[in-house]
Amino acid sequence: MLTDILDRHRRDGTRLMQILREAQEALGWLSPATITAIASGIGWPRAKVEGTASFYSFFHTRPMGEYRVLWSDNITDRMLGNLDLMQAMCQKLWLEPGRVSEDGLVSVDTTSCTGMCDQGPAVLVNYRAIPRMTRERVELMVELIRARKPLADWPADWFVIEDNIRRADILLGNRMAPGEALGAALAAGADAMLAEIRTSQLRGRGGAGFATGLKWEACRQARGTAHYVICNADEGEPGTFKDRVLLTRQPDLVFEGMTIAAHIIGARRGYVYLRGEYRYLLESLESVLAARRAAGLLGADILGKGFDFDIEIHLGAGAYVCGEESALIESLEGKRGVPRNRPPYPVTHGFLNQPTVVNNVETFAAAALIAARGGDWYRSFGTPRSAGTKILSVSGDCARPGVYEYPFGVSVRQVLADCGAHDSQAVQISGPSGICIGPDEFDRRIAFEDIPTAGAFMIFDIRRDIFDVVRNFIHFFAHESCGFCTPCRVGTTLLKNLMDKIAAGHGTRYDIDEIYQLNRVLRTAAHCGLGHTAANPLVHTLEKFRPAYERRLKSMEFEPAFDLDAALSEARQMTGRDDAGAHLATDTENAR
Amino acid sequence: MNEQTFNLDGQEIPFAAGQSVMQAALAAGVFVPHLCYHPEFRPHGSCKLCTMKINGRPATSCTTPAAAGMEVESDTPEILDTRRILLQMLLVEGNHFCPSCEKSGHCKLQALGYELGVMSPHFNHFYPDRPVDASHPDVLLDFNRCILCELCIRASAEVDGKNVFALSGRGIKKHLIVNAESGKLGDTDFALTDKAAQVCPVGVILPKHKGFAVPIGQRRFDAEPISAHVEEFKPIAAAAPRAGDKP
Amino acid sequence: MTEARKFRIATASLAGCFGCHMSFLDIDEKLLDLLQLVDFDRTPLTDIKTIGLRGPCDIGLIEGGVCNAENVHVLREFRAHCKILVAMGACAVNGGLPAQRNHLDLRDILSEVYHTEAGLAHGGIPNDPELPLPLNEVHPIHEVVKVDYFLPGCPPPADAIWKFLTDLIAGRTPRLGHGLLRYD
Repeated sequence: MLTDILDRHRRDGTRLMQILREAQEALGWLSPATITAIASGIGWPRAKVEGTASFYSFFHTRPMGEYRVLWSDNITDRMLGNLDLMQAMCQKLWLEPGRVSEDGLVSVDTTSCTGMCDQGPAVLVNYRAIPRMTRERVELMVELIRARKPLADWPADWFVIEDNIRRADILLGNRMAPGEALGAALAAGADAMLAEIRTSQLRGRGGAGFATGLKWEACRQARGTAHYVICNADEGEPGTFKDRVLLTRQPDLVFEGMTIAAHIIGARRGYVYLRGEYRYLLESLESVLAARRAAGLLGADILGKGFDFDIEIHLGAGAYVCGEESALIESLEGKRGVPRNRPPYPVTHGFLNQPTVVNNVETFAAAALIAARGGDWYRSFGTPRSAGTKILSVSGDCARPGVYEYPFGVSVRQVLADCGAHDSQAVQISGPSGICIGPDEFDRRIAFEDIPTAGAFMIFDIRRDIFDVVRNFIHFFAHESCGFCTPCRVGTTLLKNLMDKIAAGHGTRYDIDEIYQLNRVLRTAAHCGLGHTAANPLVHTLEKFRPAYERRLKSMEFEPAFDLDAALSEARQMTGRDDAGAHLATDTENAR
Repeated sequence: MNEQTFNLDGQEIPFAAGQSVMQAALAAGVFVPHLCYHPEFRPHGSCKLCTMKINGRPATSCTTPAAAGMEVESDTPEILDTRRILLQMLLVEGNHFCPSCEKSGHCKLQALGYELGVMSPHFNHFYPDRPVDASHPDVLLDFNRCILCELCIRASAEVDGKNVFALSGRGIKKHLIVNAESGKLGDTDFALTDKAAQVCPVGVILPKHKGFAVPIGQRRFDAEPISAHVEEFKPIAAAAPRAGDKP
Repeated sequence: MTEARKFRIATASLAGCFGCHMSFLDIDEKLLDLLQLVDFDRTPLTDIKTIGLRGPCDIGLIEGGVCNAENVHVLREFRAHCKILVAMGACAVNGGLPAQRNHLDLRDILSEVYHTEAGLAHGGIPNDPELPLPLNEVHPIHEVVKVDYFLPGCPPPADAIWKFLTDLIAGRTPRLGHGLLRYD
């Protein structure tokens, strides 16, 4: 079986991620022997293959059960009660989270946001998404697992993912036929098309907002043995799910945008790097690609213009950091998803060190629109400095969570009104690494010149404890740090420990000072955006929601780093003692 | 011929084409704290101790190409404080118990602690459980001290051609592994004569059968602080950063 | 100018080996100079067993980490009675040798010593309330109380202790410099 998989991937090490995933799907887990066999199959050192396998949350190098249930643990899942449901599931299965049942049947754990925030609480069962979990579904799921029913025999409606498009504009509302934009682009020619993209003032939709025309032009001018187009569909920022909807409803538009980019920069190959959480989309996307090949929109001699280009879909495996473009490229090359040192940038030294354009799903879709309708038309939407529309992923405390497409410049207040949010006390925009704003800022606008965003829009009403929100985000960053650089690897864990200390009621002002200190070091010294922004939620909310912290703090200047009385627990257990001397008051006031 | 220069803390530093800010500084005799840098290897940029403020923005000086007219700050209270905190992070992440470590007195982590005046680990210790690997006849691996600089990985791959070492895990769980299904160094082709056995800046890779060979007082950093050893860290021509370098 | 009041110094060894105290004594004849500047409160050097009976102390020197409940009590007493608390030596600073047990489960350690090993406590783990219970892990003192200064070394060299104390007494921020600042 392993031989088939290796052969299908031409024993090419750069395809290691796909080899590992397929091997795991076939064999259940990646045993030491499997790793050794794969390593020898692709001619890589064994340790390097293990290094890749161990980097990604969705690969396991120890058995995790025939059924692996992962509960999405974004704050929006929390607000919908995921932890209670997970606990109920664990109780019914006589299981501790993270542990495999003794019969090797099942394991239950949490995972980072799976992009179902508008229809949570969500789980992945053997990496297949199931949204809208309820107590009834938990009970039935436990029975199905106990009866060892294959996933194919589970209720089909469980696997239905809603698109929840609440507001469509030029992108989500377009009804173009496949090939329409591409035909226009090929007819215009690469130079004219590039000029059109520049005219449109399209900026990258992944959050950073780099000018797409400039990026494509730089890549086109870069010399290399081959050029590549990569679509970043590793939508990992908690609270973001609009790319999932785009890939469901407008896959042709996305592929078309990639093909147009390829034509402009002179690429013959493109990749979609699809996050592992969206594994369920793979087959449908493959069939769209097949249809495009059959229609002459992909493959050799596209539309009879002598232009060759094809697209392949690669799946990620549970690593948020791979949303960073150079980490994504490393992953696409079969390696650990560690961001590269830059410069050089991917436009000159990207995939396989060749000139590469990496853009967000939404950017490619917008580029296709521009190809069909023109740059001036596109620029007529939005604001002077933010052309076009932006798709928001709205979740949290509102009546109508889902996907909302607006021309740039829409106010936060407008979005809140449209989605039916009441008594909102805060909105987290662009995910944990973005910004948190309170009611006095709701008139601010979604635009590069005010609040730039990759799309996440999480709403918290006055019932919510902002501290819990932030603690969830900080745990996320600590879990997702790649570990390459010292400040992020250690600093995110230190932040996590501080948040846990405050949550346990042992925090002091001293600990708040420590948070600011760590933020400064992360900002100054971290290797990539993950580390730079990891303390953002803390810094923003300490500024705007300080009482959420203060009411948990002790009045004292200093509290022990750990629970002193709990630290005697093992000795108490072993000696059977419970006298006064076998306990320690944790706060110093009582100790005197 | 006019040589190109940049300004480092008020001093004009000449540089050759392709040199990093850090290489140029070291070549000019200005010590720059570092752990993952080694003159015989390409820059890595992971320890972040060489962080400077370059044209007003913080950057890793080992990976930033020198450019004429740059304004670079290194010896400022803010940057020194950042470096101290980075060292403290490394000190609590592993188990660094100097009194029992054979590398004490030769260790760059320790020497930089002295250089920067690190008086305490400041943070709360993680005390990780990292069993040692004594399976190799000539070499002991004590992972407790690993700071993940990847020098042994690079040396084994690039110089020895053996790929004995690699990284496993992610984030705070990241750790060094060896190239054997058993996970034991004794089952690899590692040899004491490998370059990878010579490059560890701390006390992970240690020769067996001899220990504490140099008396206290005569060890590498006993007589003079690490900054006085700047000659040893000067770049050699072949190690200039190359396009496409990556971790 | 009024005559300077003498500094009161208290010292204690928690989970330590008294090596730091021995190093302190190694300042030799400078002890006499020091006695011109300071009085001793609780310390094993004078055998005074209670801290703070004659007023607050200026400086508390703590050797050793925190490995049991009694260490916590002593450390808190020192913190309560000393204006300046100093972690003296490797064990107080980072747990040192005693903290080398931290990767082991305390229950396994107690079991191994009192159940498996022959001849100790007749197979039972001592549970006399007079005995302080060990903590699950050994901690440096800054994880239990606020610490003002750190003086590393195993032990800190006598000259470092002298330099450190004379700096403190003179009102200077202690600076050790090369050769005196050491972790081993």
